[in-house]
Amino acid sequence: MAQATQSLSSSSEKKKRSLSDYLLPGFFGLFVLFLYGPMFAVFLLSFQGPEGQLFFPMRGFSFHWIMAVFGPQRVGDFVTAFQRSLLLGLSIMVITVVLSVMAGLAFRYRFRGSNLIFYLTISSLIVPSILVSLGLGIVFNLLNLPIQWYSSALVGHLTWTLPFAFLIMLGIFGRFNPAYEEAARDLGASDRTTFWRVVFPLIASSVIGVGLLGFTLSYDEFTRTSLISGETNTLPLEIFGMTTNVTSPALYALGTLTTIFSFVLIGVALFAMQKLEQKQKQAK
Amino acid sequence: MTIDARKTLVNGATAVQATDIQHALANAAAWVSLRQVTKKYGPVTAVENVTLDIPAGSYCCLLGPSGCGKTTVLRMIAGHEEITSGDVLIGDRRVNNIPAAKRNTSMMFQSYALFPHMTVWQNIEFGLEMQNISAQERKARVGEMLELVGLSHLGDRKSSQLSGGQQQRIALARSLVTRPQVLMLDEPLSALDENLRVQMRTELRRIQKQFGMTFVQVTHHTEEAFSLSDRVVVMSQGRLDQVATPAEMFRLPASQFVAKFMGDNNIFQGKVLHCAPDPGTGMDVIELGVEGIGSLYSRGYAVPVGSMAACSIRPDLMQIEPYPNAASEKPTPRANHITARIVSIEMTGYVTRVVLMEEKTGKELLYKSPTTAWETGSYAEGQLVTLRWSEGNCVFLPH
Repeated sequence: MAQATQSLSSSSEKKKRSLSDYLLPGFFGLFVLFLYGPMFAVFLLSFQGPEGQLFFPMRGFSFHWIMAVFGPQRVGDFVTAFQRSLLLGLSIMVITVVLSVMAGLAFRYRFRGSNLIFYLTISSLIVPSILVSLGLGIVFNLLNLPIQWYSSALVGHLTWTLPFAFLIMLGIFGRFNPAYEEAARDLGASDRTTFWRVVFPLIASSVIGVGLLGFTLSYDEFTRTSLISGETNTLPLEIFGMTTNVTSPALYALGTLTTIFSFVLIGVALFAMQKLEQKQKQAK
Repeated sequence: MTIDARKTLVNGATAVQATDIQHALANAAAWVSLRQVTKKYGPVTAVENVTLDIPAGSYCCLLGPSGCGKTTVLRMIAGHEEITSGDVLIGDRRVNNIPAAKRNTSMMFQSYALFPHMTVWQNIEFGLEMQNISAQERKARVGEMLELVGLSHLGDRKSSQLSGGQQQRIALARSLVTRPQVLMLDEPLSALDENLRVQMRTELRRIQKQFGMTFVQVTHHTEEAFSLSDRVVVMSQGRLDQVATPAEMFRLPASQFVAKFMGDNNIFQGKVLHCAPDPGTGMDVIELGVEGIGSLYSRGYAVPVGSMAACSIRPDLMQIEPYPNAASEKPTPRANHITARIVSIEMTGYVTRVVLMEEKTGKELLYKSPTTAWETGSYAEGQLVTLRWSEGNCVFLPH
């Protein structure tokens, strides 16, 4: 069927090509160039020779700057900042998954105030990030709570990840056929058993996706963290700080490494999701 | 499903192995009773004041158009829907506040709801695991059930690897394996194609009879309800319209809704002109004044003269003859006859359907004849004919 359509459209193309047939691929090419061009430039520059600068041309090719990231720095500290961000991201991931799954379960039924909670959650996405950061700082000060990456910044990140995860879980449970749960209960399963034996395995691949989203949103979050990370920096804050001080391609090398890390993470998650889905062989 | 499996099932070769289960299930059958049950969703009343008894071991179909509340009734019995007021009893137990897991009922879902992440075997075993039955007994019982539905060879498959008919059987096996007191079936055949549907219908009825279990089924398919049930319950707008055996309902629909829903009935609305006892039958003969057509006579029970009502005649209980026909010109009292023109003749197989239009009012009518009988006549589309039927075959419908 698809083949037939294809051959049909290609034969009509031969007769007459419209302007959009040229414009659209061109536009898409530009889009890809803008999307990955900068990243590619950074990627290339991080392999500058030891004499290289922050800009083209390349002066040789080396792993000098990549190694430099792991060495002692004149300014800043990549490694502990990375550890902080990793730990923070993982915490955010777990909290986001747990809370959003629970919220998703709750929102399948209308309850008193469900609309209010829904809109309040969503509207936090349109509040300017810097205001959220500022506000959180003030509140933490007021309550005499420590302003640290693991306290105030954690809350700040949750204000960012939770609404997204919540929206996604709403979508997932919107498509979830409640008959599965009813069937489980019918067969004598308790609510807990129903969740762990039937509901969770069926949403598991989506849950991995939500977890990944939570992690990446947190891992490169900047604005919300900027005023409330305390005296230590998360990785994005550290990198930003360095742009003003570091004048060597080590900065690019760091960018390349963190990007590779993100891609690896996405790869692992996709692989896990695929494995799960294969295992489930979901009907329809 | 393989043909072999089907054959085994139909020949009843598995009946021998099935006797154990059969006894266990027959003992478990329970009656279901609804007492003035009402279900409201906010301001909307889905089910209104329904009182219904379903005898133990009977096959009962809830029949009606979508949105009539039949599924809600089923779900209230199963415990998937809360009851706004009234009582639901299963056996001698009031189950209003007992969760579905503890009702000892089982439901076969319209979508089958087979767990897609489990194999066929695991699906069937699930209910037994929940009852903390030993691994050894589980193995035996799942095996028995798979054999019963003739799919022993598919235990390792995932449900997504099964055809619609196979999924249906596995869903049935999964529901039966826990030996429920009542089995609920929500449109169990709607997802199957026509041939398979008729086949599965026979099989459902056979399994129900064999086990003597109480089956409650929801359907919007009249033929399905008639062919399966001991008792048909027609619902409309959240209320019961009629509860009767299929034969009774076919012969004597209780309301215009039921007559219409069964399909094909010719219904005439009018005003009650006269009402007189019909000696010998215990019923009344009612004269209905139908606008544009005149008086039609039907049999029913006394209603006030002047009220609006209707009468219904089945398309197979009318006689057709060419118009005019000198032989039967002489009008017999209380015999109904109208003049109509043949619009179309549809040979559907065993039955020929003839669509006609009443001459004066343009009302559409249907006449049905066995094809063999029809072929002896010589009617053509566009021809004017007379339709006759006796008042005894014409059912009076008070509302």
